[in-house]
Amino acid sequence: MTPVSLGIENVALRFGATEVLRDINLAVAPGEFFALLGPSGSGKSTLLRLIAGFNRNQSGRVLIAGRDVSGVPPWKRNVGMVFQNYALWPHMTVAQNVAFGLEERRLPAAEIRRRVAEVLELVELAGLEQRRPGQLSGGQQQRVAIARTLAIEPQLLLLDEPLSNLDAKLRLQTRQQLKKLQRRLNITTLFVTHDQEEALTTCDRIAVLDQGVIQQVGTPLQLFDHPLNRFVAQFVGSVNLFAGRFSRDGSGLLFHSQALGEVALPASLTAPDPHGELAFRPHAVRLCAGDTPAAHEQMRLAGVVQSQEFLGEFLRYQVRVGSGLVLVDQSHARGEQPLPVGAPVTLLVPAPEIRFIAA
Amino acid sequence: MALSPAHTTSRSGAGVVALSLALAAFLLAFLLVPVGTVVLTAFSNAQGGFTLAHFAAFAEISLMRESFGNSLYVAGTTVLCATLLAVPLAYITARFQFRGALLIQTLGVLPLIMPAFVGAAAMQLLFGRSGSVNLLLGEAFGVSLPLMDGLAGVIFVETLHYFPFILLNLAASLASIEPAMEEAAQNLGSSGLRLFVRVVFPLALPGYIAGASLVFIKVFDDLGTPLVLNVTNMLAPQAYLRVTSIGLEDPIGYVICVILVLFSIAAMGGAWWFVQRRDFAIQSRGGVSAPKRRLTPAQSLLAYGWIVAVMLLVLSPHLGILLLSLSKVWSFTVLPEQFTLAHYATVFEDASTMVWNTFLYCGLAALLDVVLGTAIAYVVMRTQLPGRRLLDHMVTVALAMPGLVLGIGYLRTFRGVELPFIGPLTASWLIFVIAYAVRRLPYALRACMAALAQIHPSLEEAAHNLGASRWRTIRRVVVPLMSGGILAGFVTSFVTAAGEISETILLTSRESLAPMSYGIYLYMQSIAGRGPGAALGVIAVLLIGVGTWLSHRVVAAHAPHDLKGAPP
Repeated sequence: MTPVSLGIENVALRFGATEVLRDINLAVAPGEFFALLGPSGSGKSTLLRLIAGFNRNQSGRVLIAGRDVSGVPPWKRNVGMVFQNYALWPHMTVAQNVAFGLEERRLPAAEIRRRVAEVLELVELAGLEQRRPGQLSGGQQQRVAIARTLAIEPQLLLLDEPLSNLDAKLRLQTRQQLKKLQRRLNITTLFVTHDQEEALTTCDRIAVLDQGVIQQVGTPLQLFDHPLNRFVAQFVGSVNLFAGRFSRDGSGLLFHSQALGEVALPASLTAPDPHGELAFRPHAVRLCAGDTPAAHEQMRLAGVVQSQEFLGEFLRYQVRVGSGLVLVDQSHARGEQPLPVGAPVTLLVPAPEIRFIAA
Repeated sequence: MALSPAHTTSRSGAGVVALSLALAAFLLAFLLVPVGTVVLTAFSNAQGGFTLAHFAAFAEISLMRESFGNSLYVAGTTVLCATLLAVPLAYITARFQFRGALLIQTLGVLPLIMPAFVGAAAMQLLFGRSGSVNLLLGEAFGVSLPLMDGLAGVIFVETLHYFPFILLNLAASLASIEPAMEEAAQNLGSSGLRLFVRVVFPLALPGYIAGASLVFIKVFDDLGTPLVLNVTNMLAPQAYLRVTSIGLEDPIGYVICVILVLFSIAAMGGAWWFVQRRDFAIQSRGGVSAPKRRLTPAQSLLAYGWIVAVMLLVLSPHLGILLLSLSKVWSFTVLPEQFTLAHYATVFEDASTMVWNTFLYCGLAALLDVVLGTAIAYVVMRTQLPGRRLLDHMVTVALAMPGLVLGIGYLRTFRGVELPFIGPLTASWLIFVIAYAVRRLPYALRACMAALAQIHPSLEEAAHNLGASRWRTIRRVVVPLMSGGILAGFVTSFVTAAGEISETILLTSRESLAPMSYGIYLYMQSIAGRGPGAALGVIAVLLIGVGTWLSHRVVAAHAPHDLKGAPP
């Protein structure tokens, strides 16, 4: 089957007085593995359910392969959804669960048998046809749910937090299998998750949602390196953010904030607005003991170690600069001793790592 | 005191042992022995040896074969009709945003507050050959519906009385299905009736089976309704007639009792096995129920139409009995021609003893139930006494016992037993109290156990820790905290005993001992007595209705309490 595109145009949805989705616009390319990432209550599951037809969009259009499906009931959309809790019917065996959608499509019995065997093979569950869902492990249940959905050869595959009910180790393994499967079937897939790592590792592109609004759409790298706003910067990875005002004096750009006081920024940088936020990732900061002068094209902050946590691969310091706290991640080398609390330090941030976010 | 809390609860003092033995002795004497006697009699020859001859004799009598078939047919058909009535109502309440939800809840309770046999007489006047409905149909279309003829009448009355059991159980089951279960089916292309048949109903099956098996048992064992409708070719009436006309020695009556018990046990056990066998474990994980949909105008029309139709049917016995109690003459007319309060006057004059007897028997029986229920719940749930579960199991036996069987068992077992101050036990007020109490004990026990399960053991341990002994802790902490459940158990026992007829007609040895339910039955036997019988019926319905309302209030008021910790 050739993969189809998915278009969301100006979609809005309100439950009573609360706006759950506001002016949503998305274009998912055929065969793309696309994530909807956001905290709980951001509207990502609502949007997925809207695409499946369980929520009706009150305005705008939902286009599957260019056709508006807004008025089409869920059972006529041919859009496969894997539910967060799998929703396997306990009164049916694995085979009966998987055959269900094919039977609803009135396929001949022989064809149903063939397809059931085929998808169970695909998810590596051949031999468990006669088991009941209650007799399967969590991971197996999840694969039955996927098989049941794939059996109907849906135009789109919708995954609602499919990994959240698995334990950490299985989650990692399943994530990779899922990606492989998606590549192999080349089916346009939407993946809802609140876990940024899941989204970054598996998906081609990600839409970040908050409070019913799409905050940014982009590849994992784009979102991480070029967050458009405070929310995206904080939700995707960790970040140091300081609100303040930019000014220019003879020697270059200055940043004034309550937390850090006045800081000189590398000369090559230009602020887009006089007011905004200064952002840099903890891992991009170089931490030096004592007083170290800034090299060319570096921002320099002087502070005192307030606390440190050893996380194995790296050390996370909280450094007090002025009245603010700066997070600093330093990769750990064997035998290296962390700086003690109270030690005076200098923080150096290279110019390319510094971003300005509009207020 | 260096005792750990676990130690305190595991220690079973002499008091607990004595109490448990007393409870076991009561259940043995008034439940297991009488029922055992009935079963034994059915299998014993004149010399006391084992025989199947009585069963062979039963099978030889064509009336018995016919009665057996009829009882199965009536019970089965009632389940079917009740299902047709209840399934749409349950689905509407569970799945749609609907203003009539209160109406449906009312529908679920209304039939149960009127004993089926009371409604039966009124139904005859409304739906019988020369009843109001057929008179109207005859005038308008020249047709008449044989709704109340013979077995059909029993099915009609029982359906209207018992369908709430299916409605309530099924609605609860439907509400507990996770929304994703249905959405997954819709996502895979299923909708409408196919969705209901393939996914929704199978998932709600545990609730349906529980309700349906209960309806089957109740109808299969019912004595009052067939007797009032003058249908005697069924098993329960036959057993009653054999025992009362031929005598307590007639073995066929006992054979019928054994069959009734076997079918009750089979229906209950079958329902249990069915639910066990299927794996519904992963079904109710989230505890979120399905979002309720809005009805389209056409659906609204259909839903309200169905509800109003069922409501009219369900209310008809209530209206009928009220009209009958107020009518001077009502025969061959659509509605009574003249109204009077004379029947109420008659009832207050002649039958006030019966009303008093009902209060006495049912009050004492309910009291006995909650005392026994509290004691058994405590022994089973709070002590480590070996074999304590046995008490629970013994009480469960009562659940499967038809009143008729227990009544016959009492008559046979306690024949000739004389008590000081009371006289012959089987001809005393005490036998009613015991009979009523034993059959309602399972419900009272469930209420007490549910209440006790809500009390965290640490609340008792705190009392022990502050120096209260086991008995003082029970009196000052456990029983006060259980009071809501105990009260609900009391009212339920009282209310169901007030409408009881099977045991009552067997155990009433003289009119001065008779409770109200017997009075209604007796009055209804004659045309002249129908008016006063209906008046007494109205009083009974009011009593039961108020009681039911009270118990709902109590349960609502005592629902999850701040003082009670989470169950362990």
